[in-house]
Formats: sequence, structure tokens, C-alpha cells
Amino acid sequence: MSLVLALCTALLFSLGTWLLLQRRLTRIIIGLGLIGHGANLLLLLSGGRRGVAPFIGQIGERTPADPMPQALALTAIVIAFGVTAFLLALAYRSWQLTGDDLVEDDLEDRRIAATRSTASDEEVADQRELSAAEAALESSTGGAAPLEEAE
Amino acid sequence: MMRVLLPLPVVLPLFAAGCSMAAARRRWLQRLIGIAALSACVAAAVAILLHADREGPAAAFMGGWDAPVGISLVADRLTGLMLVVAAPVLLAVLVFATGQPGTEKEQPAFHPVYLVLAAGINLSFLTGDLFNLFVAFEMMLTASYVLITIGGRRDQVRTGMTYVVINLIASTLLVATIGLLYAATGTVNMADLAGRIGHLPGGVRVAFALLLFVVFGIKAAVFPLFFWLPDSYPSAPTAVTAVFAGLLTKVGVYCLIRTQTLMVAPGDRPIGFMLAIAALTMVVGVLGAIAQNDIKRILSFHIVSQIGYMVLGIALFSVAGLAAAMLYLVNQIVLKSTLLLTAGIVDHAAGSSRLAEVGGLARRHPIVGWLFLLPALSLAGIPPLSGFVAKLSVIDAGFADHAWIAVGVAIAVSILTLYSMTKIWGGAFWGEVEVVAEPSDAMSRRYGATAPMLASTAALVVLSLALAVFAGPLLELCQRAAADLLSPTAYISAVLP
Repeated sequence: MSLVLALCTALLFSLGTWLLLQRRLTRIIIGLGLIGHGANLLLLLSGGRRGVAPFIGQIGERTPADPMPQALALTAIVIAFGVTAFLLALAYRSWQLTGDDLVEDDLEDRRIAATRSTASDEEVADQRELSAAEAALESSTGGAAPLEEAE
Repeated sequence: MMRVLLPLPVVLPLFAAGCSMAAARRRWLQRLIGIAALSACVAAAVAILLHADREGPAAAFMGGWDAPVGISLVADRLTGLMLVVAAPVLLAVLVFATGQPGTEKEQPAFHPVYLVLAAGINLSFLTGDLFNLFVAFEMMLTASYVLITIGGRRDQVRTGMTYVVINLIASTLLVATIGLLYAATGTVNMADLAGRIGHLPGGVRVAFALLLFVVFGIKAAVFPLFFWLPDSYPSAPTAVTAVFAGLLTKVGVYCLIRTQTLMVAPGDRPIGFMLAIAALTMVVGVLGAIAQNDIKRILSFHIVSQIGYMVLGIALFSVAGLAAAMLYLVNQIVLKSTLLLTAGIVDHAAGSSRLAEVGGLARRHPIVGWLFLLPALSLAGIPPLSGFVAKLSVIDAGFADHAWIAVGVAIAVSILTLYSMTKIWGGAFWGEVEVVAEPSDAMSRRYGATAPMLASTAALVVLSLALAVFAGPLLELCQRAAADLLSPTAYISAVLP
């Protein structure tokens, strides 16, 4: 019983991690959901063996289940639910703005990576032209390749 | 008395958030509620610190269940100190936001969400229960998700995604760690854990020490887990960036201090590993800052760099080291918030915070120049400002423990910090007057910003100067707090009598 659940936890964590490494936000959200379920299952498993419902006066001779991890898992589920809803809203907003839910690169980082020295203002101005050209190229080809070409 | 006092820094902002939500149509009422609640928090925090310093750690139990079953709130000197520094920063940033055109005026959700953020931060400092710490983090982070994407602009959505996803992963990792800790020890109460974790096999104890370090290391943005920070912070509204820079990563550092001292036995502490991480965090952060051309991004990389100094102090695990880390923490909370608020003023006065696009602000608005110069010099560690005292105490503690390499790195990094502060100064404050866009109101055109913006930033600058003037008593307080941390019997017996 416990071994099956432990394997389930491992499977959920590994599948979730694989989905997290994708570029599309919808996949990332599903991945986060899976990892979250894995963590909740882990919480539930941490309570030890199964038992009867832990109500006072109804336990008798039998061993009760540990109610604490269940309470913790419920809290974690509710929190994950709220945050997932927020992430979905964010993905929808991204789709509204860009027509896509790909996670974009940090443009400022790319701009700085393309700069050799950042001292003078002229160079920064050059950089701005370069990145504008780069953005134009990128929108036509849609890849990271134009960066080298522009250099 | 502590039963009532301890929950106040959490309950007051939460209650105020509800009221503020109800007053969504009346901005003046929302402001009144927010400022009143956060001012009351300042008073409560001071009372808690005084009590903790005079009579030792105090605990309060929620919901009528005693520890370790119920949730306990515990205030020792470290908690009190954190609350006392966080409260005025939260208040000042809120006042700044009310004076800034944009977010606060356009978004009715700003005030309630900001108050929830304040409650989450205070709860993280106060809680004595690991799972409750997770809940506190989620309160704080969910509020920060909303604040960082509040305008719904394209760049905010892009950076917001990275921010939310990375924090969610850290939170899930925290839940998994809590699950494993509960499976191993049968408790999530920190004081109870401190007693029980010692009975585990050695390998398991080290694994927990490292898991906790990774979880809170992501939140604190240490190398190599910092990459999300300089990407996401600059795109949020200024007031939001200031409070994030000042407080969110520092909550991570606080949790590092708390868990590594309370729940990791002296023999299991990853000292060499933490020293290496500290040195790398300092160097990589400051090198990243040097490459940037935007004031907000430069400062964001400095957040990372400065975290390294605190980790260095913690990694020594001596009274002097921990005290220095705390002093540094207190200083950074004030300095980073002030600097980002000044970056916001620059943005407001000149229409941009890119160094290539602005210039000559010191001549145009001398007040803004002073508001930037003082905290910037303090950050770089120029005597007699507060940053110098903090840096000196970290380096002194490092010398005492023969951590030569880390200390050498710390000194070299502070020179590079000075370099990048002069870069901002030379780019934005000296030179020809360059502005992208003029602010619309007369006060801003004359002095650089509106009255609430200038007043709140000035108040924080005064606070950082006060930290330098009262550095002696403050360092003594930090030393007492550090001594408590290294022999946590008083903390444990306050929770489990």
C-alpha cells in the first residue's frame, strides 16, 4: 500500500519536473500541479500507517489514523488551488497580450550580453538600435539566431 | 499580556485589509486605514521587542491548543528586532505609494493586498511552527504575485511568470521538506523539532540541514538560486519593488538564521559550504550589477550581492558572526528600501531610470541627490554611515574565525559596490541635465517628487542615519540575540514549558 503511494509520489515529482522544464506556461502550470500533488501525497504519507477515523469516543481498541498530516495536506491543497487560479489568469493575460503563452527571455539580459563594454552612452545608444533591429528580426524568424547576426 | 500583543502585528493588517477592501471606492479612507494599521504595527513591534529583550522569549498559542499541537507564535530578540525594522519600512513605503502617481491611485486592490503582504511578513517573523511558516510565506507571496503584476503590462506578465513559478517551486519544496520532517520526527513545531531532530541518524540530519538551506536559499536569493530576482523585481511599480527589495529576501535570510541555528545541531552545520555560497553570492551579485545600465536593475543585483554578507555572518555560527549578520540584515532592510524609493523618485522626476537617458539630477533637484547619496555611500560601507558599521562587524567576525578567503572577497566586493554606486551617481546625478519626461505637478517639477514621496524617503534616510548613531546599543542587542540563538534553551522552554 505504502510502497505504491511512495512510487506514485516519485512519479508525480518526476513528471512534474519534466513539464516544468518546458517553455509553455500551460505545461508549466500542469507540471506545478503535479509536483504539488506529489508534495501533498508525501505529506499524507508522513502520517504513517492507515487507521480508523480519529474521532474522540469512536476509536475504542483500534489505532486511529494521524489527523495532523491530513489537516496540513488540506491547507496546502487550498493554497495551491488559489495560486494555480492566479497562474492561469496570468497565462490568459499573456495570451491576450502576445497571442502565445511562451515564457519570453529577459530582453535586458540579452541586450547586456550582447554588449562588450557598457561604459559610454554612445554604445548604449548603439545597443538600443541593435536590440530594436534584433526585435524586428526576431519577430520575422522567431528564434534566438538573429543575435549573432546582428553582432 | 503577550497573548494579546503577539498576534497583533499579524491580525491588525489582516483586519485592516478586510476593511480596506470594503472601502474600495474611497481612496482617502483606504489610505487612512492602511497608515493607521501599519502605525499601530510599529507600536506593537516596539512593545514586543522591549518585552523580549527584558524578559526573554515569549510564546502565545492560537486556537486554545498548547504547543506542540496548536500553532505557537514566539517572539525572542531576533523576532522583535525584525518586526521593529520591518514595520517602519512598510509604513514609509505605503506613504510613498500614496504620493506616487499610477498604481496606488488606479488600482483599488493595492491597499488590501499590500496589507496582506505586511501581515504575511510579520507572521513569518513571529511563527514558531514550520507549517505555519509555509502558510505565512504563501500569504506574503500570493500578495506579492498580485503586486508584481498589478498593472498587467506585458513586461510585468513576463517577469511575473518567472517570479510566481520559481516561488511556487520553492514553496512545494518546503511542503515536501515539512512532510519528510514530520515523517521523521512526528512534529512541525520548531521548538519541539529542535529537541527531536538530534535523535535522527547523522546523514538524515545533514540532509534536512541542506534541504532547509535550499528552500530558504531560493527565497533569500543566494547563488546559484538568485537568477529570478534581478529579472522580476525591476518591472514592478517602484513602491512595490522597494518593499520587496527591503523585506522579502530578508525574510528568507531570517528563516535561514532561525532554522540553521534552532533545528541544525552544531556538528551538522554546513559551514564550509555556506562560506563558499556566501563568497560566490557576493561576487556574482556585484559583477552582475556592474554590467547593468538601469538604476533599478543595478540595485536589484546589489540585493543579491548583499545577501552574501549576511550568509557569511551566519556561516560563522559564532556570537559575533550571527550578531553581525543581524546588524547587516537590519541595515539592508532600511538601505535597500530607501535606495529603490530614490530610484522611483529618479524615474518620476526624469521619466526614466536608465543611466543613458537621465543625468544632472543633483543640480536640478539637490534634495533627491542627497536622498540617494547618503544610503548609497552607506551601502558601499563608507564611514561613519550605518553600512560601514555593519560591514566592519561582519569582517571582524570573519577575522576572528579565520575565514580569510571569505573576508577577502567581502572587502573586494565592497570596493566594487562603491564603483557601481559611483556609476549611478555619475550617470544619473552628475553631468548634463537630461530628462525623458517632465512630471506634471508643480511640486515635482520644483523638488523632484511629491511631498509624501520625499517625506517617506527622507524618513528612511534619517532612520538609516539613526542606525549609525545608535550602532553600539544595536550591536549589543544583536549580540544578546545571537547568544540566544546559539543556546536556544530559553526559546524552547518558552514554547514547551
